[in-house]
Order: sequence, then structure tokens, then C-alpha cells
Amino acid sequence: MSSEQKDYKWVGTRQIRPDGHDKVTGRAKFGSDFSLSGMIHGRVLRSPHAHAIIQSIDTSKAEALPGVKAVITSKDLKDQPSELKPAGEGMVNYRDMTRNVMAREKVLYDGHAVAAVAATTVEIAEAALELIDVKYEVLPHVVDVDAAMKDDAPILDDTMVPIGYETKGPTNIAKHVEFSLGDTGKGFEEADVVIERSYKTEAVHQGYIEPHAVVASVSEDGQAQIWCCTQGQFMVRTFVGQLLGMPTSSIRVTPSEIGGGFGGKTVVYLEPLATLLSSKVGKPVKMIMTREEVFRASGPTSGGSMDFKIGATKAGKITAVEATVRLLAGAFPGAPVAPACMCAVAPYDIANVHVQGFDVVVNRPKVAAYRAPGAPISAFGAESIVDELAKELGMDPLKIRKLNAAKKGTKAAYGPTFRDIGYEETVDRAMDHDHYKAPLGPNQGRGVASGFWFNIGGESSATVNINEDGTAVVISGNPDIGGSRASLAMMAAEELGIEYSDVRPIIGDTAAIGYNFLTGGSRVTFATGLAVVEAAKDAVRQLCERAAKIWEVDAEGVVWDNGHAKPASTNVGDFEPLSLAALAAQAPKTGGPICGHNAQNVQGAGPGFATHICDVEVDPETGGVTILRYTAVQDVGRAIHPSYVEGQIQGGAVQGIGWALNEEYIYNSKGTLDNPGFLDYRIPVASDLPMIEAVMVECPNDRHPYGVRGVGEVPIVPPMAAVANAIESATGVRMEALPMSPPRLLAALDSSNIKQAAE
Amino acid sequence: MESVEFERPGTVEEAVALLQGASGNAKILAGGTDLLVQLRAHMVEPDVIIDIKHIEETRTLTKNSDGSYTIGAAVAGAEAGDRDDITKDWPGVVEGWELIGSTQIQGRASLGGNLCNASPAGDSVPAMVAAGMTVNIAGPNGRRTIPVEEVTVAPGRTCLEKGEFVVSFNLPARPAGGGDAYLRLIPRTEMDIAVVGCGVALTLDTDGVVKTAKVSLGAVAATVLVVEDAAKAIIGTKLDADAMAALDAACQAACKPIDDKRGTIEYRTKIAGVLGRRAVTIAAERAGKK
Repeated sequence: MSSEQKDYKWVGTRQIRPDGHDKVTGRAKFGSDFSLSGMIHGRVLRSPHAHAIIQSIDTSKAEALPGVKAVITSKDLKDQPSELKPAGEGMVNYRDMTRNVMAREKVLYDGHAVAAVAATTVEIAEAALELIDVKYEVLPHVVDVDAAMKDDAPILDDTMVPIGYETKGPTNIAKHVEFSLGDTGKGFEEADVVIERSYKTEAVHQGYIEPHAVVASVSEDGQAQIWCCTQGQFMVRTFVGQLLGMPTSSIRVTPSEIGGGFGGKTVVYLEPLATLLSSKVGKPVKMIMTREEVFRASGPTSGGSMDFKIGATKAGKITAVEATVRLLAGAFPGAPVAPACMCAVAPYDIANVHVQGFDVVVNRPKVAAYRAPGAPISAFGAESIVDELAKELGMDPLKIRKLNAAKKGTKAAYGPTFRDIGYEETVDRAMDHDHYKAPLGPNQGRGVASGFWFNIGGESSATVNINEDGTAVVISGNPDIGGSRASLAMMAAEELGIEYSDVRPIIGDTAAIGYNFLTGGSRVTFATGLAVVEAAKDAVRQLCERAAKIWEVDAEGVVWDNGHAKPASTNVGDFEPLSLAALAAQAPKTGGPICGHNAQNVQGAGPGFATHICDVEVDPETGGVTILRYTAVQDVGRAIHPSYVEGQIQGGAVQGIGWALNEEYIYNSKGTLDNPGFLDYRIPVASDLPMIEAVMVECPNDRHPYGVRGVGEVPIVPPMAAVANAIESATGVRMEALPMSPPRLLAALDSSNIKQAAE
Repeated sequence: MESVEFERPGTVEEAVALLQGASGNAKILAGGTDLLVQLRAHMVEPDVIIDIKHIEETRTLTKNSDGSYTIGAAVAGAEAGDRDDITKDWPGVVEGWELIGSTQIQGRASLGGNLCNASPAGDSVPAMVAAGMTVNIAGPNGRRTIPVEEVTVAPGRTCLEKGEFVVSFNLPARPAGGGDAYLRLIPRTEMDIAVVGCGVALTLDTDGVVKTAKVSLGAVAATVLVVEDAAKAIIGTKLDADAMAALDAACQAACKPIDDKRGTIEYRTKIAGVLGRRAVTIAAERAGKK
């Protein structure tokens, strides 16, 4: 069934968001807004060293301070077996997780949690931290991915057994992965032009405005309630239960409104500590990270070091690509190295591809997911070298992308054969856009780049309750980080045939709704949306049954049309249509409450593709880069709520521009972080950017009733290369390392001028 | 936790008495945009905070009959930016002041606070120095007036004695053929701290020859610098290419920066020359250069 010809009442319109009023009036409750009577406060003692053995921890003085109710260290957490288990976004190792939440044998990064205190006030808790005496044996550290791979590098964990990698002695390489298609040797033989380059990107933080915050309350019978800002209340339940040895049924997690996540809230930091402290003290415990703690101890995504080799014919057909991608994982294994490898050249139909990747531990906080984890890193390399190839061949950079575009039926190097995809259309729309033809002035340049992200489905549960007055409540289980509530309510209103304003979308706690995989992978509007549509259909089926009962006909004889039950044909009988409100009012007499439900593991996510155009002006005397104009074209499947989709595209592009230009962690020679704050960790401010123009291509996903594809991640994939390509176009200088900050760009411009003068 | 006394004097004399009588560490509060951040970060732990905003003299910005200005130490940048007179006479002074922080911060941040925070990178300072501003200090022994550039003696440290505080500033009348400018380099467009800042004030004669000039650089040494060689490089010239090159070189030569998270020695030094040239060009245009 094609969904494009259909005329929808709500899908595709721009409705007011259900959380809007509370957010603009300040009524919305975010993580730190929650409080309970009798609540006390927890704070965390963090490592001042990048790498050290913990020789001893003496908490006696802290415990003796009046007002201190409990002090915990890793001794209070049982150790966990080292095994990979599926949870959160990917596989987790609870041995590592318990060590990340609270350092055990060693501290592995500046900011690593060492102990936690609960006290009657925040000030007393902070004073108590200063009374905890930790003796460290400081060890050499390593924060750079290439340095960590060297034979003489300081080793973080000499018991670590690498996966897919042979080693003689201890190593920081946690994993090696490879993806192959065809024969690259043969592909390079067919090439007229071969280019090899190396690239580097910095680790970057997700930069959510809201710091991590939690209130945990464990009662005398061992029942725990947790309120926190998270991308997955069920994930928090699972992790806390595993780390503290509590049965799942004893933990109830309620997610707050969330002030940004971007993947960084798919893990736990404070939740197990607050729960443990509360169980020791018998009072609710509140914990909030400071911004400094957020930077030192949460996120980021990996920094990477890459080698790329590309070959093509004179006509521009890419014949082979080889790449090696090395990603830093932080203190424990788990860099997004597989997706980085899989996404690198996914927009292209290339017969011969070999990509390998390394997951490397270093003395930094363990990485967490960040929008399309891994893909923006490898795309910086891939989309830069494709640009160099176009230049070498004298081809238009969009034409070379169109010539090599993956289409329906293309076999991707990472395995699958694409179904309907809209990549080529994004390139066409970019080429036709007036931005691509607009004139440029002195010191100005234009760059383009493409990107790919899989998107995912996963486990979703949803309930649609028909209220007695004919309105409806939609209960789902995914924290709303990108506008999902509005989209879910719109799809439910469409199915039920009632007003959007009569549908109230609610996010249930872990006891109010069946299991939901966390909010991530651009899955909620797609997968949970599908569950909501099915739950609404279930409610409609029940409504039709009630009408059949009233009319004393077979249920098959009733159809649902525009919010009313109607006889399927005149053969069924001559009945006035019954509205949803009329059926709801009669529900007690016709069988009781009407509740639609659906729970499934949703398959069939449609991949997302994007092509971005960026204009820059470079100040040749300062190295400053101004983004003059930015257009982001993306295949969005179908935009349920176009404003939210545009917002996702704009937000992703802006985060990518920040990654490109200024964001970086500045570690000093001791391996401690010099810029743990938004003043010196420079995400873009509003005045840094023009309005990002979002162009939506709608190539519907045939495995969703409304054609939805995930839209939240792919917009962060192209920007870094788009900006680098634009800078090259403006200056002739190719930036192969991020960030392209003013001092780095000026140094590159100056050395290029010296080189040119010498020639 | 330790308690902090909070005082709100209504006169200069009361404030001085409170400062002098304070047994421990006393801090002055005006806009609070530095102090509150430092308190939260535990960078300062005062025993008493003295809010000077309720002293009328600190809150008034007056244009005097001779064309000069008296500016209260607690007047906010946004208040000056709303005034047609001072923004027309001394656009460089006002733009340095108005660059501090975000819009919200600009509604609170004061000249006195920005100076007495004693950061080498304070945005308001180079343009004040270039304009020849002086500062009125009240203390137990009465009042004294000193040039702005003498207030800061080291990063985070001023020449103020115990019991003293800055009450107001004196800004001269705009001279005939005068113009001023402030430029800073930050990696973003706002909400950032200067990697280099440069203030310039100059006068041109009717032929467009530079008669007087004062060039000041921020964030390239322990304190804000007055670069006399940069002024000498352009005085008596029509700002031709040679003069500008000499100015650039003089600015670079004056730099004694540090390598830190906000900039390298090499980058800061180069940018000092670039901003010197650009600020002089803007100041000369404002002075009527054709």
C-alpha cells in the first residue's frame, strides 16, 4: 500500500506540542526539579588523576562529620562478571559498568567517581568529600588514540582480552572489526586515480543543557522509586537492578522532562549511587551533577584517527575504497567503531570496499552514544576524500556523488541490500537548489557532503485508552527528546478519527506500560509510532465490536470511518453512524473500558540519507570561519510533524558545525581536563550561525503505515566534511584534522603561504 | 556551612567604613556577574559582601558641561549602550563594555567590576585605557584619582588598599577629530573571553594626519598594555601601508602572552598586530578619515 496518495487530516501538519505550555512557563519538571519530603543530598568524590592505583580510601573522618548520613565506595557494590550482555544501545559489560560508576582497583580518568556521600545538605556533603582520604599511586597516562595503540603506551587494563585481535602482551586495543565487499586489489587496478589521506577528529561532548540528576527513594521493604532525566527509564531499571542486585519488580523508574540527551543519557552514572545511598540511609537521596562533572565524567563520543584510500576511473566511477578507523573508547571498551566502519561509504554503490576499525581504551571518560554514533567521524574522512577525488578529476562534487549513488538494490559494504532509499534524490535536490548556484565573494567557499545512518526499530509497547467523553490517552514508554509525543498523538488522532487536541500523550513510568527499548537510534516516531498506530487500531477494532453489539450485527459488518462506526454496506442494515464519543459513553453497557494495546519488537527501520551544502567565509588574517549559508537536504521518509523534523535537521547540522569548528577537550600534560565548562568548550551560540535551511525529501519507508524513517541522527553526519570542503574551496587549504578552530586554520594558511612562496 | 555577611550601604562613607572594619575577606558586589560565579566555584570565600549598587554615585552616568563624562562604577553596559550621547562620542569605550557576556549579563555587568576583576582579558579595559580614562577611588584617607591602566597590577590583583573601592570613572570630552574603537578576537561571535583585545583612540588633523594616538592591548600580557611604540608608528602619518606595518610590528613586539587553553603565544602575537591595524582603521574612520 502506498501511503503517499492518501490525504491525512493530522499527519504532515504542524500542531502545537503537548509539552509546550509547561516548558515555556517553567512548569515542566526536569531532572533536578523533583523533590521529596525528608530528602537528603548526595555528592561524588572524583579522581584528580588521569590514571592511578587506589591504594586506600579512608572515609572515617567524613562519616564523623555531623549531618553526614552515609558514605559509599566500590566496596559497597558487588563486583560483576566480565561478559557482554545486550542492553542499552548495544552490548554492555557489567564488570566495566560497575567500575565506571565507582572506581575499583584504579582510577582511569580525571573525574572518575571514587566515593559518594549523602548528607542533610549539599554543603555538608561537599565538606565531607574533602575529608575522604584517598591514597593514589599515580601512573603514566594516555589520552590520544594513536599514542594508546603504540607498544610502549601505558596500559589501562592488563587483564583485557581483545576481541578479534591477536596480541602478544597487554594492549589498549579492545576490539578489531572488518567489513569487506568485492576485491579492493582488483578495484584499485581498475582505477585511473588513487588518493590516500589521513584524518583526525576530536572527542566531543553531546552538550545537553540539562546536567544528569536523580532522586532515589528506597523504602523499608526494599521497593525503590527513581526519578531521573534519562533517555530510557527501562534501561535505568535494568542497570540499577543488575549493579545493586535488586529484582526488576522492586524498581520503578519515572523519567523527567529531558533537557537534551543526544545519546548521552543512554547510560547510568548517578542512579545506582543515589539508590544505594537511599537504601543505606532510609531517606530519599537527590544527586545533581555540576557542569564540570558532566564534562569530566559523562559522555563524550569518540575521537578518531583514520586512513582512507580511494580509487576511481577518469569518468568518476569509484572502483575501490579502503579505510582504517581508530576510535578512542575512553576508559572502558565500547567505541562505536562498527557503525563508524559500516556507515563510512554507505551512500555509495562501490563494488570493492574494505574497512577495518579499532576500539581503543584511553584515560578519558567512557564514551557514550552521540547522534549517529561513529558515523560522523568516518564520514569526515570519507566525504573529505570524495571531495578531493572530485577536484582531482575536475568534476562537480555533487555530480560525482550522483554518479556513485546507492539506490534501491545496491548492496552495501556492511551487508544489506537497500530497499527504497532517497539518497540520490537528496543529491538532485541539492544540485537544483538555488543555494548551489548562488555566487560567492572573495575568501568565500562552498562545500558539500553526504551522510548515512541506519536508524533502528526495537521493542515498543503502547496503550491507547478511550476516555468516557470520547477523548483518548496515549501511553508510551520513551522519554520525548525530539518531539515524539506530538507525533504519536497525531498518528493516534489520525487512526481514531478524532481531534489532535483530544488526544493526550503521556510517557509512562516502568510500572505503567510494557517494556520499551530506550529513546535512541532515531527509533521512537518510527517504532513506538508503529506500536501506537497498532494500539489505536486495536481500540478501533473494539469500538467496531461495540457498535456491532448495539446494532446486533456481526463485528465484520462494521467499518471505522473518520471517527465513526458505520455499517460496512447496506446489506448489514440501515444504521446511523456512531461517533467515537457516543460509543465511549455507552462503553459501560457494551462491555466495559475500551483500551487498545500493542507490544512488539519492531523491524523494518528505513535508513536515512542526507546531503548538505555549506558556504563559509574565511578571515585570512585570523583563521576565523563564518558560516554564511547552510542547506541540509534529507530523506525523511514522511514528516509526521514537519516543524519537529526541520528542528531535528537544524539541530543536527548545528552540532556538526560545532564539532567541525571549535569543540575539543583540552587535556593538560597531567591528563586532567582544562576546559570542563561551556565557556572554553565552545559549542556554537545562536549568533554564530545563519538559519539552517532544511529541505525534506519524502521517500516513504514501506514498512511503516505512514512511511516514517528516523530523522534525528543523519543530520549530524555530513557537516564536518561539508565545512572542511567549503574551507578548502575558499582557501585552497585542506584541513585534515578537527576542530578547524581559528589558531589551527591560521597556522595551516600560513604554512601554505610559506610553501607557495618557496615554490 | 560558613555564613557570609551581606551589607548594603547607601553612601560612599558607609561603604568605606564597612570595608575598613571588615575582619576577614571583604568583596564588593555591583552587577555580581563575576563574583557570583566565583562564589559558586568556591574560587572566593568572602566573610562579607558589600553591595555598592545602592550608592547613587555608583549608579549614575552623567555628561558634564565640558563634554566629559562621569560614570558610576556600578552602571551596566546595557545602560550605556542605550544612551545616544556616550555611544556617539566614545563608541569604542561602549562597545568594549557591551561585549561582556550575554544580553542578560550586559544588563548587570559594570565597568568597575570588569576593571577590578583584574583579568588581563577584561573586555572593557583596553578601550578605557586608550580613551585616557581615570578612576575615582574612595578610601579611609579620602579620594584619589589614577589612570585606569594603573589599577590592575597582576592577574586578579589591583592596587586598591584595604578600605578602598572604585566609585566612578572620568571619561574626557571627545576631542576634535577624535575617534576610538575596540576589537577583540574570540572563536565564537559572543559569550566568550578575548583571546586578544585591542583598544585605540586617536585624533586626526584636518588633512587626515594622525595627531595623537593611544593603543592598548588586552589578553597578551599579565595586565592590559599601553603600546607606546604602536602609537608612535602612526602619529604624524596618514596611516599609509608602511605606518600600518610598523604599527602591526609594534603591537606584536609588545606582546608577552602565555600559552593556555584560549590561545597560543604564536597565535595571540599575530592577532595583536591584526587587531591593532583593524582597530586603528575603524577609529580613523570614526575620526572622519576619508
